[in-house]
Amino acid sequence: MEEAIDKTSVEKDPSVLKEFWDDFSKNKGAVGGLALILVFILIAVFAPLLAPHSPSEIFGDALRVGPNWSDNGKAGFFFGTDDVGRDILSRLIYGARVSMSVGFMVVFVAMLIGVNLGLVSGYFGGWIDRVIMRCTDILMSLPSILLAIVVVAILGPGLNNTVLAVAVVAVPSFVRIVRASVIAEKNKQYVMASQTFGASSLRIMYFEILPNCLAPLIVQGTLGFSDGILNAAALGFLGLGAQPPTPEWGTMLSDARAFIESSPWMVTLPGLCILFSVLGFNLFGDGLRDALDPRLKK
Amino acid sequence: MLKFMAKRILDLIPTLFGISLLSFFIIRMIPGDPVLLLLGERGADPAVYEEMKKSMGLDLPIIEQYWVFLKDAFQGDLGESIISKRTVVSEFFDRFPATFELGIVALIFAVICGIPLGIVAAVKRNSFFDYFLMGGSLAGYSMPIFWWGLVLILIFSVQMGLTPVAGRMSVMFDVDTVTGFMLIDTLMPEIIKDEGFAPFFSALSHLILPAIAMGTIPLASIARMTRSSMLEVLSEDYIRTAKAKGLSVGRVIAVHALRNALIPIVTIIGLMFGSIITGAILTETIFSWPGVGKWFVASVNARDYPVIQGAVLFIATMVVIINMFVDLIYAFINPKMRS
Repeated sequence: MEEAIDKTSVEKDPSVLKEFWDDFSKNKGAVGGLALILVFILIAVFAPLLAPHSPSEIFGDALRVGPNWSDNGKAGFFFGTDDVGRDILSRLIYGARVSMSVGFMVVFVAMLIGVNLGLVSGYFGGWIDRVIMRCTDILMSLPSILLAIVVVAILGPGLNNTVLAVAVVAVPSFVRIVRASVIAEKNKQYVMASQTFGASSLRIMYFEILPNCLAPLIVQGTLGFSDGILNAAALGFLGLGAQPPTPEWGTMLSDARAFIESSPWMVTLPGLCILFSVLGFNLFGDGLRDALDPRLKK
Repeated sequence: MLKFMAKRILDLIPTLFGISLLSFFIIRMIPGDPVLLLLGERGADPAVYEEMKKSMGLDLPIIEQYWVFLKDAFQGDLGESIISKRTVVSEFFDRFPATFELGIVALIFAVICGIPLGIVAAVKRNSFFDYFLMGGSLAGYSMPIFWWGLVLILIFSVQMGLTPVAGRMSVMFDVDTVTGFMLIDTLMPEIIKDEGFAPFFSALSHLILPAIAMGTIPLASIARMTRSSMLEVLSEDYIRTAKAKGLSVGRVIAVHALRNALIPIVTIIGLMFGSIITGAILTETIFSWPGVGKWFVASVNARDYPVIQGAVLFIATMVVIINMFVDLIYAFINPKMRS
């Protein structure tokens, strides 16, 4: 008897997650995006198990060997090798590790800075809001790659500095999104209620308002992943990001440029990895936005 | 309207101030001593060191340094390149026409393809074509253009041999700089008299691939924007009225719907200037296009800090001012925006 009651109540009041999944799974593109992301994450996590060789192992007798299905292919190197004889498949697999962690770090750092600035800006208003918003305006007026290059020019090239540079570029959008939702939330009754109870500003900001800003923040975080991966790869391509021999997709492309006529597979494959990982996060982010924000539904 | 204009122009001042601070501090935030960095090994000689420091104005207090920097910038003096020893301003204007020409052609490509594709997708909503196009535009939007440019080279230059791989012009022709725009300069009467149209077609064939590479992301966003804007307009009552009057479908779409759908499209085209610059930095590097973007990347690689500083100030100021004009034009077309 009790069980039956439980069941009906569950059916009548589906959990938030289930409701979200029902909305989300209607969007085929978004599910495809999620699948792409999961594939890349799994590849990144299990890279050492999946990769047939070490990404930096040099096979002196196999320089620029073509993919297996081409005429000059060689057993053991499915996607061929690069100009110094490293297995491209293994480098692409380890590249997923680099790009996924760069994407994660970029979103993490940008969120950490952006959320705090946005909360302060939206909650307190006044001169501090004006100063913060002015700074984000300035950062947003600069083309993203230009700004990232400037940061790298100051700090010097390298993977860690790439993360910082790309995160700086991503901060303003987080600030704006959090600020906008804080302003929308802060005059609602639940906030006033906790103010009446004497909750501190910090408590209200982080424990009352922030949880209600999560939806747009999650969407922006997902889209930030794709921008982060793309910008980091662009820096790598320009020779300002991860330095060789790091198996980073953008850096691999930059190496491959010189061999575009003789070894086109060296150019094609890393680019496809960048395209599909960015596409995955964009599709997933768009789907999340539609599922989490009913107002945007067409 | 005047009030809106005044407010928008006044808004520019703190932003420009911030940009000037940013570019001022670039050279001063490099870890280590900028003088030593510029002088390299020779910096060991104290006399040379002091002289260099003085000539760069680094012996003054920081506020005064900034003041001097601002004063010089207002007089069009952004210092000189360490490598070429030429002024940053003249280096910039030597290269700007190349970037501008490429950017304009890329935008024209994006608009000419993007708007019709978006319209067709909206009219044939939920058809195979619509799904195909929107999928394609999402892929275009996620496209790493530095890779896309290489793929275009691979297909059209390497495999098919249709277009040149790099540069702006075949070395066979000697074209005098008149406007700086190759497509115009090669059509000057004396060039046509001497060489016929060959230089023009050479310039055009050099331009096609970079313009496609650079125009792909704008094309994708224009197509998406056109589609959603058209869908919104097509559901309006006045469109139904127009259809009910017995007007042809083509006329309803081209005359009645498109006109209103264009407003948001025009705005995003205007705001694309920033992404055009981003595109220029990557595209010019791939195609060895002698423009501002390639120059900027080369300066960063060569650690030519005066150029980096000057170029950032220049490019950012340009983007900000152009965005302001877009806002003003938008407010002019759409009175709702003025409040």
